[in-house]
Amino acid sequence: MTNEEIKEYITTLAPAATYDETGEWLNILVTAEELQPLMLALRNGKMQMNYLFCLTCVDFKTHLTMVYHLSATTHRQSIVIKANLNREQPVIETVCDIWRTAEFLEREVFEMFGVHFTNHPDLRKLILEDDFKGYPLRKDFEDPINMIKL
Amino acid sequence: MYNQTEIIKDTSELGADGELVINMGPQHPATHGVLHLVVTLNGETIKKIEPHLGYIHRSIEKMCESLTYRQFIYVTSRMDYLSSHINNLGCALLVEKGMQIEVPDRAKYVRVILSELTRIASHELWLGAMAMDLGAFTPFFYAFREREMITDIMEDTCGARLTMNYIVPGGLMYDLHPDFQKKVKAFITQFKSKVTEYEDLVTNNVIFQSRTKGVGILSAEDAISYGCTGPVARASGVSCDIRKIYPYEVYDKVQFDEVLETAGDSFARYMVRVKEMNQSIRIIEQLIDNIPEGDFVGKTKNVLKLPKGEFYTRVETARGEFGVYVVSEGGTTPHRIKFRSPGFSNLSVLNHISVGSKIGDLMASMGTLDLVIPDIDR
Repeated sequence: MTNEEIKEYITTLAPAATYDETGEWLNILVTAEELQPLMLALRNGKMQMNYLFCLTCVDFKTHLTMVYHLSATTHRQSIVIKANLNREQPVIETVCDIWRTAEFLEREVFEMFGVHFTNHPDLRKLILEDDFKGYPLRKDFEDPINMIKL
Repeated sequence: MYNQTEIIKDTSELGADGELVINMGPQHPATHGVLHLVVTLNGETIKKIEPHLGYIHRSIEKMCESLTYRQFIYVTSRMDYLSSHINNLGCALLVEKGMQIEVPDRAKYVRVILSELTRIASHELWLGAMAMDLGAFTPFFYAFREREMITDIMEDTCGARLTMNYIVPGGLMYDLHPDFQKKVKAFITQFKSKVTEYEDLVTNNVIFQSRTKGVGILSAEDAISYGCTGPVARASGVSCDIRKIYPYEVYDKVQFDEVLETAGDSFARYMVRVKEMNQSIRIIEQLIDNIPEGDFVGKTKNVLKLPKGEFYTRVETARGEFGVYVVSEGGTTPHRIKFRSPGFSNLSVLNHISVGSKIGDLMASMGTLDLVIPDIDR
């Protein structure tokens, strides 16, 4: 599918989506509410995006952005889905019922950025200690003891 | 990290009779590093496995945010320390892609040869350690005999035997050691004459076969859903070799086969890795006599600045797809960097493939996943 066809297809699923084609792949920015139904349609619909190869979050200081890199083992086309989240109370629906790999990746984002994934079966810290305070990959995280400023 | 009271609380919640919770690791010999598995057993049957990570979490992603594009490459050798050259290559490719740096042909050839040597060394170590997990001590020495030759070559080339750093943005750090070609050819001869010994010693061993065949079966669908890559996914019949799908450097110029198995069990994962070593030898043979003369590093600026935007590259390490995702604001350091490590996704499948099997089989399933803990914790 060309980018134009993908855009047309996604507009029918998520009318509010905006697109960015400057990078290597087509970037699609949706709202947090639209994300889960769109992902389900991308996985099971005609695009068959069965491979979530990267899931992460980026702190842009004013807001957080969830970034999902999707691909398919059949046609090998990659697209990037993004959703902006409020920095104070970041909440988004989980995708781990669509791709099983998201379970661990979302746990990592949860502890590193403090994003809360609703309906996640087991949202606990994965890498950090249970009593760790703060979200280390956020830009305003301070740790005067262990962090060395260069 | 996981205190004792919680473990007891967990079991009482499960409530079934005869359930036993075992802490495997963090110092268990078969976990090869500090991986902590909380295994819930019913008799000898595994009911649940919960990995507890982070014993060697060094916050590499946060660290890289304050390192320049020349510096952050060195940190990646410390993640998957058995594929350090390939990790470095992934990062170098990202910087080259972002800044459109031309890499001389000589560097491209050497990079591929080093990647394949690294892959063989990694699979050799895995073979020895995995056989040792299953109780066979001798293969360890056989595998390390060949691996030793590779580490010697690496020592000549870049001065280190482990956590090597040689690949930099634009090419290589310095030119090849004069003995490089001679030593690599000697290694190929030695490897070819000895590789049949692994077949006799391990592959055709009845005990080994009965301990791995039908153990830890992973279906192709689950492999994709769990994001498994590398030999783990290829043993389930999923074609996922980055070298074939998105060829980088000179992989499109060499002949090699993507090794695929369909059984999806531990034995298939073993077979994929053994066959992959032969394919790596095939790639090296095609390149070693044809390394072009010329520069080993392209022209780069002293201070590297990636343009504003997002970049992603992927390479095939010994464990699978290694991805580097960088968000750049146009400065000398990345705004955000994410390493998509193959081990992390491969580990997440461990619970799925082990539930219902016996605790003794866990060694085989875990061993053939080829987990490298620093790669998972980062």
